Amino acid sequence: MTPPSDLQVSDRTTDPDPTRGLTRGGRAGRGDSVFRGVALVAGLVVLAVLALIVWAMFDKGRDAIRVSGITFVTGDVWDPPNNTYGALAFIYGTLLSSLIALILAVPVSIGIALFTIESVPRRLRRPVVSVIDLLAAVPSVVYGLWGILVFAPAIQGFYQDIADTVGTWPGFSAVFGGNASGTSFMTAGIILALMMTPIVTSISREVITTVPSAQREAAYGMGATRWEVIRHAVLPWSRGGIVGGVMLGLGRALGETIAVALVIGSTAQITSHVFLPGYSIAAVIANEFGESSGTHQSALIAMGLLLFAITIVVNIAARSLVTRFDRRAQGVT
Amino acid sequence: MTGTLTPPRPDTEVEHLLTVTISRGRRIRNRLAGVWMYASFVLVAVPLVIVIGYVVIKGIGVIDGAWFTQKIFVLDTKAGGGMAPAIVGTIVITFWATLLAVPLGVLAAIYLHEYGKRGRLARVIRFMSEVMTGVPSIIMGLFVFIVFTVPLGAKGLVGFGGSLALACLMLPIVIRSSEEMLRLVPDDLRQASYALGNRKWRTIVTVVLPAALGGMVSGIMLAVARAAGETAPLLFTIGASRRVNWNVFQGPNTALPLQIWNNSQSPYLPAQNRAWGAALTLVVLVFVLTLLARFVSSRFSLKHD
Repeated sequence: MTPPSDLQVSDRTTDPDPTRGLTRGGRAGRGDSVFRGVALVAGLVVLAVLALIVWAMFDKGRDAIRVSGITFVTGDVWDPPNNTYGALAFIYGTLLSSLIALILAVPVSIGIALFTIESVPRRLRRPVVSVIDLLAAVPSVVYGLWGILVFAPAIQGFYQDIADTVGTWPGFSAVFGGNASGTSFMTAGIILALMMTPIVTSISREVITTVPSAQREAAYGMGATRWEVIRHAVLPWSRGGIVGGVMLGLGRALGETIAVALVIGSTAQITSHVFLPGYSIAAVIANEFGESSGTHQSALIAMGLLLFAITIVVNIAARSLVTRFDRRAQGVT
Repeated sequence: MTGTLTPPRPDTEVEHLLTVTISRGRRIRNRLAGVWMYASFVLVAVPLVIVIGYVVIKGIGVIDGAWFTQKIFVLDTKAGGGMAPAIVGTIVITFWATLLAVPLGVLAAIYLHEYGKRGRLARVIRFMSEVMTGVPSIIMGLFVFIVFTVPLGAKGLVGFGGSLALACLMLPIVIRSSEEMLRLVPDDLRQASYALGNRKWRTIVTVVLPAALGGMVSGIMLAVARAAGETAPLLFTIGASRRVNWNVFQGPNTALPLQIWNNSQSPYLPAQNRAWGAALTLVVLVFVLTLLARFVSSRFSLKHD
């Protein structure tokens, strides 16, 4: 992933384009400027597309925002026939299912990253990494299919058992108590956790490999156990980058549409009970957009814009953290 | 890459010494950490095996000769028909998306690494393309619906709309992996080409790109695999069809992910079986692409040492 440092150095010290002064004017020089121009335009397409996305969605979503005003994000009544659009229940469902996914996926992902780097014998490292990559290659709709036809029906009884035991303990009843449904916030969270694990794992792994060997060796040399090396030499060094990776995974979970739409239960409600069905922004767009028109459609687009804004903010923060680690990795190598 | 240290492997005698010198609490904590790491891997590998197992076992029963040749049967309640329209749709829609995203992405990567370098504009484009990888795929679907499908009216629901949405999704992935590969091409190659009197653009086209090709192809195939499995960008852009349509510019189309999405929500077993069959077809397609990408990258890519 990271280029060797000498490459970086030569980039900086020698002019990579010694023909620069010679290419002005002249027929042959035109080839250069045309090529450069074409490449630049291709690069600008990225900025253009992003700008166009914001403009197009704002343009079409304006109607609904004008109709609903602030209640669009504070109201929890979603009633298209009566022109009432409060997206709070969807925002809540998006956040709750992603939060559950985060709680489940983070310890596991960091565990796997450490497993591949700190404890698997070198020759088994590739197969272990391949398994995680395979997890990322499975299309989300396949997770959704398995989730709705196999996992949700099978897990319902287990949920009910937890609700009947843990759910009766004081303090736990608000979260685990009550009736349990197979398609629920919890199921969506579990499926999302499966989908974000490969992302968090691969970023964590990249970041952990930037920990200098000398640091590990020093810790081992002082008689530290493997866990103490991880705890005191490896993790503190990579914390920022891992947080970045976790946020990238969060971005993926927040925006995941199809798998969540299939297993979250498609019931717009705000409740602390994780075994009850809910709804998410992306899922309601997927389910209702096809048959929507007028202000209803505009409201769905406005929700899309909101989702876009949330994921962009999360991604920018994540990228800034990870990029900082990339730069350090290039310095250390 | 940083070489990582394999933990010390004490032989039995040393082990005895260690158990004497390392306190019990420290040993237990160390052991627990080991269990956590193993358990994490198992916790993720098991569901993967289960999901794939279900897809293979449930899917294989539906797939026969007719699966690849016949159109999609109209009734949810009866078995029969095939999945040819969705297979064809997935192939042509992804093909056109690749045709759009790859030239743009590779050129953009060339701009970033060969021209823009650390300039402000290049840094902004690089950062934004990384941010763009995080844009939810359904947003791309909405975007194409607004700027392409709606303006074209009734003629707007065509495969090409899906291609556009998938291309938006692929573009940043292609840029990122291509730039990574350009970075691995040693500067000596460029300088040798300049010394022979080549202009910069000729150097890029005839020296740098061929050197980076293996890695680029591998990155592109991963992007294609990712795009082929996407459902959300196609939901509102390509319409619905039960017949094979090779033409992405005319008439509605369908795709494997859409068939999985529709059929998985049916209460009837024959439809659900169709979803499993489509899932198996899609997973095989995606895995073959992924494995091919790995093969290409291990066989042809530049090593940086």
